[in-house]
Amino acid sequence: MDKTIATLAEAVSTVADGATVMIGGFGGSGAPIELIHALIDRYRATGHPTGLTVVNNNAGNGHVGLAALIEAGMVRKLICSFPRSADPVVFTERYLAGKIELELVPQGTLAERIRAGGAGIPAFYTPTGYGTELAKGKRIEEFDGRPYVQERWLKADVALVKAECADTMGNLTYRAASRNFGPLMCMAAAETIVQARKIVDPGAIDPETVVTPGIFVQKVVAVPDPQQEETLNRAGAVH
Amino acid sequence: MSPKLSNAQIAWRAAQDIADGAYVNLGIGFPEMVAKFQPPGRQAIFHTENGILNFGEAPPAGDEDWDLINAGKKAVTLKPGAAFFHHADSFAMVRGGHLDVAILGAYQVAETGDLANWSTGPKGVPAVGGAMDLVHGAKRVAVITDHVTKEGAPKLLERCTLPLTGVGCVTRVYTSLAVIDIEDGRFVLREKLAALTFEALQAQTGARLHLTGPVADLTVPEL
Repeated sequence: MDKTIATLAEAVSTVADGATVMIGGFGGSGAPIELIHALIDRYRATGHPTGLTVVNNNAGNGHVGLAALIEAGMVRKLICSFPRSADPVVFTERYLAGKIELELVPQGTLAERIRAGGAGIPAFYTPTGYGTELAKGKRIEEFDGRPYVQERWLKADVALVKAECADTMGNLTYRAASRNFGPLMCMAAAETIVQARKIVDPGAIDPETVVTPGIFVQKVVAVPDPQQEETLNRAGAVH
Repeated sequence: MSPKLSNAQIAWRAAQDIADGAYVNLGIGFPEMVAKFQPPGRQAIFHTENGILNFGEAPPAGDEDWDLINAGKKAVTLKPGAAFFHHADSFAMVRGGHLDVAILGAYQVAETGDLANWSTGPKGVPAVGGAMDLVHGAKRVAVITDHVTKEGAPKLLERCTLPLTGVGCVTRVYTSLAVIDIEDGRFVLREKLAALTFEALQAQTGARLHLTGPVADLTVPEL
């Protein structure tokens, strides 16, 4: 069983129009820049995929990565917690012009909805958001005398995730704080596509250190020298 | 110009109440300043929503590792004994009651403990981040804030008028003029600047201040 895909283009070739795509990362940390750019390149060459619903913590920064995906016009709806950044102009202009839909979700609720999606839990109760406008229309229930808000699972057709090391069976490790939403999104997507700095043979990752077990991963593609969103933005890069 | 504490002095005062070994989340922006003023001999363990416990100060310019950032997307460093974890574990720490203290900024705080700190209304792009999660679960949820707005309007009110972040969640407020606890739906004054009369403080507060014991002088160093 070898989940390795030779090229980025081939790795993202199955993403369909209208798909829900989870994209790992918190700001630039963990953002799978190369996978996102491969998806944009495919859209520029073929007109597909478009009409995407994207799940990410943020809404992109500058004109690379997620911001470039939005700027290319491929995103219909964004589900995120914090659509602001140092340079949020791409999302902001489209949002204020009514050209992109936003579902704002508290960050911990977003994480837990994704986890629930991956774990087969259709709904759960959280104290977060109770009594606020983000809980409007949601079911409220009391447990041990305190009110909680019912939240639903979140699943995706595709997840794009950046890992540090993958083995060919899809077992993953991550670097520093870049894992953030990655392990959750790998669980919640029907097809998880991972870019890894290194791809190694089975057995080369100590099972004690595997963060995402390979069962949650369908494709791995090697990106030996991945770009950082922050570094690209400081250089004024545009994709 | 009546006397008031600077932001650094408010942050210093809040830092004095953080015990050695406490697990603490500081909101992005002004609350981050609290980390600089830990009393000698005490070391708190700072949590950031994006998956680090026990991070330290920013690295020198040029030494940033952009996989190692805090919730404000600023580069940080690690202290010995740091740990990484994914977002669901991170918010389990928050909602699960494992943090000792969360310190947040505020647009408005109500005597009921309600907090408004994420939205100033329907204009522009709404963004909530982890604010609504952080107000639930920490054993103490403290606010640091100027006592009044830039226009001089009270920020401590009977009821918040801005969109709420959470209901009945704040336990203590450190302001530029006073330290105030929230107990049983009331503001209880604990400390105030010595130069300020109770009446002058009450006049700048949008809800009644209660006294349940002696009020100490709010004294902080020049910073």
